[in-house]
Formats: sequence, structure tokens, C-alpha cells
Amino acid sequence: MRYSVFPGCSLEKGAAGYPYWQSMEAILKPLGVELVEVDDWNCCGATEYIALNRMAAYSLIARTLALAAKTDGLREMVAPCSACYLNLSKADKYLTDDAALADKVNVALGAGGLHYKPGTVKTRHLLDVIVNDVGYKAVEQQATKSLAGLRIAPYYGCLLTRPAVYGQTDSPEYPTALDKLMKVLGAEVVDYPMKAHCCGGHMTQISEASAFDMIRRLVKGAADYHADIIVTVCPMCQLNLDGFQGAMNRYYKGDYHVPVLYFTQMMGLAFGLDAATLGIGAEIVDARPALSRIGVQVPPPEEEAKPAHKPRRPKEALPMPVMPGSEEVEQ
Amino acid sequence: MQQVASNGTPKTFLDQVIAATPGNPHLEMCIQCGTCGGSCPSGPDMEHTPRDLFAMVRAGMKDQVLRSNTPWYCVSCYYCTVRCPQEIHVTDLMYTLKRMSVKSKLYDESIAPDFSKTFIFWVENNGRSFELGLMAQHMLRHNPFGVFKIADMGVGMVTKGRIGFTPKRIKGMDGLHAILAKAKEIEAEDDAKIMGGAA
Repeated sequence: MRYSVFPGCSLEKGAAGYPYWQSMEAILKPLGVELVEVDDWNCCGATEYIALNRMAAYSLIARTLALAAKTDGLREMVAPCSACYLNLSKADKYLTDDAALADKVNVALGAGGLHYKPGTVKTRHLLDVIVNDVGYKAVEQQATKSLAGLRIAPYYGCLLTRPAVYGQTDSPEYPTALDKLMKVLGAEVVDYPMKAHCCGGHMTQISEASAFDMIRRLVKGAADYHADIIVTVCPMCQLNLDGFQGAMNRYYKGDYHVPVLYFTQMMGLAFGLDAATLGIGAEIVDARPALSRIGVQVPPPEEEAKPAHKPRRPKEALPMPVMPGSEEVEQ
Repeated sequence: MQQVASNGTPKTFLDQVIAATPGNPHLEMCIQCGTCGGSCPSGPDMEHTPRDLFAMVRAGMKDQVLRSNTPWYCVSCYYCTVRCPQEIHVTDLMYTLKRMSVKSKLYDESIAPDFSKTFIFWVENNGRSFELGLMAQHMLRHNPFGVFKIADMGVGMVTKGRIGFTPKRIKGMDGLHAILAKAKEIEAEDDAKIMGGAA
């Protein structure tokens, strides 16, 4: 199986979602899926460009689609990030349905020497490709290590399944593909009621009250169901739930510790790949206690450099009063 | 259907909002049931629920609509869109109202529009987004002390290699600049037609 791939800015080396890319590459090889990166792709505009300029937002996306159409004659493009996936597939749908919009976008593309015929490239989410093209059976055949003993909260977020009009394959209200995938690998899957709720997207940068409320619901939901781990399909969801979990805890004076990994990382562990290859260990909420339940040892992060002890006062200084209990420190 | 004046300009604010939204958003079909607001994860932070806002659009309350914080608290989760019994493209309409509120300069709070602008600043200049630049620029402007609140996260992200220090730039920047400049020109022409030069 061969597809073009749109990595998206979040999955680049040095970006927050790079472990997703690492683990995706590691699991697709044994599954026989080959990806060809679209040359010189650009940002999809996230949820920001369309809030400022409609024509520029569509033209930005169309540039990538035009370049994708030139990629080795491949007609299907994989997008691992849910937001990229929605932006690309949605723009293609609107350009297909609205000839006037497509004409205008092509006038803009023409200024850069490009042209895109709407409908040429179908964008698909990585999870869709794995469960529907590769199939659960092929995944099961690759698995050498059961995830039994691990309680997983499968988290889909929004843009993988909603709005359900651009070729999405799973239910917008109660998706199940990720549940099945994790069950195939032997994990115990929690019937997670928050599985399709919103992580808040960019709200951490706009309104803490709004953002932390949404993050809290998801993390608490998983904790209430005694999930050991949340498994996600999107770098934005991972960043919000993992990176901002500490800040959310401080905001609510809470103490949640629910690690958040990508479904590709869980697949890699089940395939017997080692944690470092899968980018495990880069998460902010420590996943080691959870992974130790299935016998996975993650090398501890490198010892943090301890600041060299600097005596606060020169030895020859006059004696200072010493608090009881601190004598040995003072010498 | 839209009401269009003889010069091609949509007659009412409702018509303008519909004309500025890609696809057919079905806004005129709203039956005021409130399913949108009831499905909204950030509804409590909105000054008007989407249902309220749509009633105001219909009533021609343009200034009040474009001053509302509602579109800026839309998190783009699309629950309203999939649940609306009238198949109204609620999320798309929120994006339209965001654009109109920025262009009309009626919305007083700057944090949400500025985030979009800063994000796009990096995209327009490099072709790709740049997380560190975006966060630094946005937080310096709007939440300088917020850096301390997420310091532990920041340190973790750096030591674990999840923050890059240099933006990535695409090869075809000249082409992208030309494409976006042309697109903005077309957008301005469209706006003039839709708003009759009013926005």
C-alpha cells in the first residue's frame, strides 16, 4: 500500500507531535505501508487562517493539494493530524461543490504557477487507513506482545469524526474504531464517555478558564474510569491533555496523573518495538508507571544536571546563628 | 434563499452572512431549538449562545453580533453542526462571523483575534507554523506572566526535544507569497460585493 503523506507542522522534527511521526513510521514499515512525503507542503492554516481570510485560507490549502496531486501519481494522501485532515478534506469538498470558489482559488494558485482540479486528491486520516485499508487482522498478525493488563481510554477528539460529511468513516457521536484497534492488541478498553469531546484546541492561549475546564473533563473522565492511559489520534489533543495537565492541576488544585500516548505508540509496543524508537519518554506526564503494568521498561530520562553546591558564605566569615536541624548543612 | 439587491449586493445582514460562508450554510432554516448551545463545550463562556446569535443575525443586529465574544469562544468541535436538525453549518458560520468582526473592527477584546494573526504571521512568512515563535510572541503580548505557570511544561518540552528553536521554511516562498497576495485581492473584491463596501 502506497500513499502520499502530509506530515503537518506539529509532526515535524522539533515540534510537539514528533513522537507521533516517529511511532507512525515505525509501525507502518512492518504493516507494509509506504508513505511518500508531499514535496514542499505548507501549513494547513489550522483553525486560524479561516478566521481571518477565507480566500487565503482555501488557497493555502489548495497549494498543498496541488503539490500532493503531483506526488508520484498517488491519489490518496494520509494526514496523521486530525486538524490537518479536516482542513484538507473539507477544503477539497467545498472546492468540488462550488465551482465559483474553485475558479477563484485557481486564479490565486495561478499566481504561484499552480493549478488544482478539485477532487483529485483524497485526504485520509491515519487511523482510517490503518483500520480500513490495513485492517484489524493484519494488525493482529503483527502483534507479538499483548497489551493485556493495561486499561486504555480511547480518545478521538473532534475533527477525526466531525462534521461527518467529508468522508469520515466513524460515528460522530460514538466512534469505535480506536476501541476495536486497542482490543485487538489485547488491551482492556474503557467505555470512555468523553471519547469524542473537545480538548479545547487553541483555547489554552486565549482563555485559561475555558481551556482548563475542557482538559479537566477529559482527564477526570479517564481517571474516574480507572484508565491507566489515554490514547489519542491527534497532536493537538496530545499536547493539551499531556502538556497542560500540570497547569490544569494547579488551576483546579487537583492531582491527576493520566499519561497520554498516541495510538501508534501503543501499536508499536504491541509489535515488540522498543520504547525509544516509538518516541515514548517524550511525554510530560510520566507514562512509565502505566507501561510497567505490561512489562515495558522505558529508560529513565537522563539525570538532570544538579547545580554544583556553592557555599553560601565564605568559611572565614563570622559565625551566624544556626537553626536547629540544619547544623550538618552549615558544617 | 438570499435576497439580493439589483446591484448584486445581499440585502440584509442575514443574506450577507450567508453569502460570506462557503457552501450553503442553511442559516435561514434555523428553528431556534437551541441544540447548538446545548451541545457546545464552551457555551458557558459565550455572551450569546449560537441560537441567540442567529436570532440576532436575522434581526439585523449587526453591531451587537460582531461585538459578541461568541464566535471567538467557538472551539471548532462541530458537535452543533452534526446535531443541528436543520443541518446548519454552525461552525462555518462562526468562522464567517470571526472574519466579519475582525474586518469591521467591532470586537473590542484582542486576545483571540491576535492569536489567529500571530499564528498566520509565521505561516505567511515561512509557509509553516512555528510553535515556539507563536507561543513566545502571543504570551509576551497577552500573558507575560503566564510563562511561569507553564514553566515546568516548557522545560519538559525542551529537554524532551519537543520544541524546535528555528522556524522551518518552505522552498516555494515566492510562489506562496504570490498566491496569498492574489487570494487577498479576490477576498477584498468579494467583501466589497457582499457588504456593499460597508465592511
